[in-house]
Amino acid sequence: MPADAIIELKAVGKTYEAGVEALSDINLGLLHGALSTLLGPSGCGKTTLLKIIAGLIPTSRGEVWVKGRKVDGPGPERAFVFQDFALLPWANVLRNVAFGLELRGLAKDQREQIARNHINEVGLKAFESSYPHQLSGGMRQRVGLARALTVDADIILMDEPFSSVDEQTRRKFQEELLDLLRYKKKTVIFVTHSIEEAVYLSDRIVLLSPRPGTVSQIIQPSIDRQGKDPDEIRRDKNYLDTVDQIWQILKQYV
Amino acid sequence: MILFGKKIPILFSLLVWCIIWEIIGRAKLSTIVPPFSAVIAAATAIIPTAKFSAAASISLRSFALGMGLALLVGIPLGVLMARVASLGKILGLWVNIFISAPISALVPILMAVVGIGETTVVVTVFLFAVFVIIIDTQVGIKQADRSLVEMARCFGANRRQLYTKVLFLSALPEILAGVRLGVIRGVKGVVIGQLLIAIIGVGELFELYSQHFLMEEFWALVIIVFAFAFAISEAVAFLERRVEYYASTR
Amino acid sequence: MVADGSLAKAYLITLQPLVIGIALASVAGMGFGIAMGLSRAVEWFSLPIMIVLQAAPMAAIIPLLTYMYGIGLTSKVLAVVVLASPVIVMNSYKGIRNANPSLIQMCRAFLGTRRQEIVKIILPHAGALIFAGLRLGVAMGFIGIVIAELLITPTGIGDLITYNSSVADYPNMFAAIVSIIVVAALTIYALERLERKLFPPEIRGLDNAG
Repeated sequence: MPADAIIELKAVGKTYEAGVEALSDINLGLLHGALSTLLGPSGCGKTTLLKIIAGLIPTSRGEVWVKGRKVDGPGPERAFVFQDFALLPWANVLRNVAFGLELRGLAKDQREQIARNHINEVGLKAFESSYPHQLSGGMRQRVGLARALTVDADIILMDEPFSSVDEQTRRKFQEELLDLLRYKKKTVIFVTHSIEEAVYLSDRIVLLSPRPGTVSQIIQPSIDRQGKDPDEIRRDKNYLDTVDQIWQILKQYV
Repeated sequence: MILFGKKIPILFSLLVWCIIWEIIGRAKLSTIVPPFSAVIAAATAIIPTAKFSAAASISLRSFALGMGLALLVGIPLGVLMARVASLGKILGLWVNIFISAPISALVPILMAVVGIGETTVVVTVFLFAVFVIIIDTQVGIKQADRSLVEMARCFGANRRQLYTKVLFLSALPEILAGVRLGVIRGVKGVVIGQLLIAIIGVGELFELYSQHFLMEEFWALVIIVFAFAFAISEAVAFLERRVEYYASTR
Repeated sequence: MVADGSLAKAYLITLQPLVIGIALASVAGMGFGIAMGLSRAVEWFSLPIMIVLQAAPMAAIIPLLTYMYGIGLTSKVLAVVVLASPVIVMNSYKGIRNANPSLIQMCRAFLGTRRQEIVKIILPHAGALIFAGLRLGVAMGFIGIVIAELLITPTGIGDLITYNSSVADYPNMFAAIVSIIVVAALTIYALERLERKLFPPEIRGLDNAG
């Protein structure tokens, strides 16, 4: 385990009731302040692993340690962004974003003020009073992200957050996410099945093999982002090489 | 429910209720509740009797006739109303009024017009069941996947083939749901119709038993009729489940 | 015809057991259905019985009610309660059980307690189905009161119908019957409008808004 690992997984395994072994012997350290991605083909258990880290699913074997302490449930230091957005359809954007603080019992004025800041951050200032059904998929996910930022957790867990939006919006999101995180000291654990997305965003990529999921390899893309605009990065030689390298590894699993 | 670490299937709760019934009956906690075992004994006693089989056969006949009519009229009408928009609007108003209306209020009219007899019960069953069948059929046909229809047309399906090979099957889950609800309402129709007429069928028996305070027989008949209603609705539900597999991918 | 006030008087009598019965069935039914939804133990005991009761012709019990409680207000109220309750219970139960699992997981992820889960997620979501159950319960209540008045003892509208039937005054009988059907239809239509206003499909999350 690396010394500055904020999350440690020790021999984590998960077997479902029907005897299906989803994860097997995961030993992993995820670094503080980094954006790490769990990447793999469908069915490799990456969402399961993410939810185990979040404390939403219990492990069958092994332990999860967060910030030096063993955890077996959700905690205030971890916030989750859902693939299907999970917004309250009967609440407007402001209430949805403030929901995490509402559950903690913060006073209405206080939590709404904090929520407003993050609503601005994700660019939804004009839509504070709108309802989810009035928003596009991309906007709904921004609400989900704002909600996770509002509770000021150290660790943000994102479960294929951009898979339900179209390709153009998705690219924009990736760029905006990097911008947003540049000035915040957050640790992000990201799940995706898109190789390009993983290489574009991550400091470290954890490749998982298919069922039962185990850690196949850890890749550290060495892309120099300094001074480059997003389109340049997507043509960068290191970027393209890393994408190809990963594809060669994952190809055998499909 | 988990007892001693083992999962007990939910149907066992009915068994528990039977036991409770038995205890209440034995303890004579209420004059109208005889022990469950006595009720079962009464049931086995009355079923072979001529009086019961006469009542049962009249009731079953009325039920079958009424339901048959409801299906013959309801399903085609539902299809028509879904495909012909103007018809759907005009008749739709009436169907929506009658689907939750107290149809039993119409029975006195029927008695006056048709007489006091089996025919009234048949019409009552028909009226109870038909409206929900019409509406569910209509919804099913309307929601038939547009692309399936286009596909069929594209491959040269004529009108008859479109209806039988695509539309009807596509709507079958909703139609069966409507039939199941119709069947339940039909049974209510038989019982209510016969109760109001009070001289034939199981309705007559219900009145008879309660008037003469034959509680064992009364509850036995209740169980028999309730079991019949449940069994027949489950039979339709079984058919529903057989077509469920394609309901979600339509 | 019956604009001489006899119709209005009849309705006053008829509506009494109807309103009382619906009120009782609603409170008890919702409470029980919600309990069934929230507690696996209650569900285990009640679900098979409730499923049978929903399919069963509860009207068969009415002669028994007449025997036990006589021919007065009580048996009529009970007739309404007995007919209206199963659908209210089952709808409340389904409303609770069908809560969006994704939203529940979200609530847990943001550290919501079970109580917050129930109050902030499950109950608002169940509201729509519970209200639909009440609407159907009212429809069953109308059916119950008509049967009760025709079977137990004619009062109110039932009286108008039976009396006019017995003196062969068919136009009047017909009018009375039509009036109750119209009243029932209008009431249920009004409830449908209210339901659509309070619980529009988008707010219910039917278009996968959340």
